[in-house]
Amino acid sequence: MSERSIRGKVAVAGIGETTYYKHGQSPDAEFVLALQAILRAAEDAGIKPQEIDGFASYSNDRSDPSRIAAALGIPDLCVANMQWGGGGGGVAAAVANGAAAIAAGYADCVVVFRALAQGQFRRFGEAAPDATVSGDAAYIAPYGVMSPAQKYGMRATRFMHEHGVERDVLRAIAMASYHHAQANPRAVMHGRPLDAATYDESRWIVEPINRLFDCCQENDGAAALILVPAERARDLRQKPAYLLAAAQGSDHRCGAPVMNAPNYGSSSFATVAPRLYQTAGVSPEDIDVVQAYENFTTGVMMAVVEHGFCAPEETNEFFTLDNLLAPTGRMPLNTSGGNLAECYMHGLGLQLEAVRQIRGQSSNQVPGAKLAMNIAGPMVTPVSSLIMGSEETLS
Amino acid sequence: MTKPSTYLPAGMPAPVPAADGLDAPYWEGTRRGALMVQRCGSCDTWQWGPEWLCHHCQSFDMQWRPIAGTGLIYSWERPWHPVHPALRGHGPYTAVLVELPAAGNIRMLGNLIGPADQAVGIGAAVEAVFEPHDDAALPYTLVQWRLLG
Repeated sequence: MSERSIRGKVAVAGIGETTYYKHGQSPDAEFVLALQAILRAAEDAGIKPQEIDGFASYSNDRSDPSRIAAALGIPDLCVANMQWGGGGGGVAAAVANGAAAIAAGYADCVVVFRALAQGQFRRFGEAAPDATVSGDAAYIAPYGVMSPAQKYGMRATRFMHEHGVERDVLRAIAMASYHHAQANPRAVMHGRPLDAATYDESRWIVEPINRLFDCCQENDGAAALILVPAERARDLRQKPAYLLAAAQGSDHRCGAPVMNAPNYGSSSFATVAPRLYQTAGVSPEDIDVVQAYENFTTGVMMAVVEHGFCAPEETNEFFTLDNLLAPTGRMPLNTSGGNLAECYMHGLGLQLEAVRQIRGQSSNQVPGAKLAMNIAGPMVTPVSSLIMGSEETLS
Repeated sequence: MTKPSTYLPAGMPAPVPAADGLDAPYWEGTRRGALMVQRCGSCDTWQWGPEWLCHHCQSFDMQWRPIAGTGLIYSWERPWHPVHPALRGHGPYTAVLVELPAAGNIRMLGNLIGPADQAVGIGAAVEAVFEPHDDAALPYTLVQWRLLG
């Protein structure tokens, strides 16, 4: 590894989250949720909140880090970072950016956080109430293409057309998340299993790709994780989850306006995933468990394929329910219930679950998991992904 | 004719040209029934959506050229769940992404005119249909698509 690699230099030392609510049902203000999650992550790590000296978030988080630092009484704020881009494409990048700040020596203890109280603000799945639109939106919104389900649907239609993918793939992804949520008491869908018939009979959100259960929830809550230098993590309370690699970005002209990305039937990871593996020095077959952001099941499908777990032509055979279930599946997927069935905390809940898998604390533990991949919100740009590993993966 | 003059109901967001003037020629063109897109004056690369410089050679000499409104369906979707107040109770509608082989395979997005349950095939030939919205505060024309043949 070159000296410029992030590999093994930073670890997750603490994780915390609030109760997860259905959208609009949080009794607490969004800012309070952020503070609660951060304090719980500090407690989990066994550090004082005042030891936090940096903040990293994404997707236009409304909880301003200077306000948080003032509220927590932090004596020396060293880093305040926000990843560009909407949606959850930046969740792994936020971890990566926080880790980079630590590796560079800018900060010693960075919290990555996300807080959402959609009842107090606008829901993601609803169109903006604008009477007029300009720029890229002027070529899309007047035709009724406005929500994420609609804006990214045609990428998936194209992918499935090019590779002959059947809808059974999407059902397996949805059912895996719901299956895992039944063992996770934090999950909003705990106690609400999903069977194949219920999936098949659910209404179309966007035909031919998104039925109701293919779409993420919208939730209120907050999550946070705490990054420290690797050597410090070894002295703290929890088993460290080391950052082995992280990558972000998107391929050639991914953001070309009016859906003119050359590689259109894609989740935007075509060039990001190879960089991720190169940094980590591992291959897809080495990964024990995958947490892949479900904005839509189609995005999971394309992102997992673009991370090399199967060839596009093998999609139908690879994505069976058995293959996706912990503890024995070929590629256990979204073992907390994910955005579909645990909570849509813009994917940060999936990061916490990757940490639990490395620690051995998941409610759907993959026995002996040493390498956990986390894939952030697919199909947007920029996207991001990362690999966490246990101590024995560092050598 | 009792047929509605627009594919989607009234009250949808209305497009306005970008404040910086980038795409005014496109919107002016649609008002007179012309489909105007960008082509680089230096290297002849077709480009869509509009941008200030050519993505191939980085020339700022982007020119506006009329093109024939014929293309092939590249992808499609049919939203059922309404996310905008104007669409509540309207039912499903079809959006298509159309590839234009005569203009460097640039893509445009619009609705596919016809019954909401019509079969849509990737690769099917379509032609542009201009849909004026003369009553808007700032009148505009959308470009829609219908199956050929």
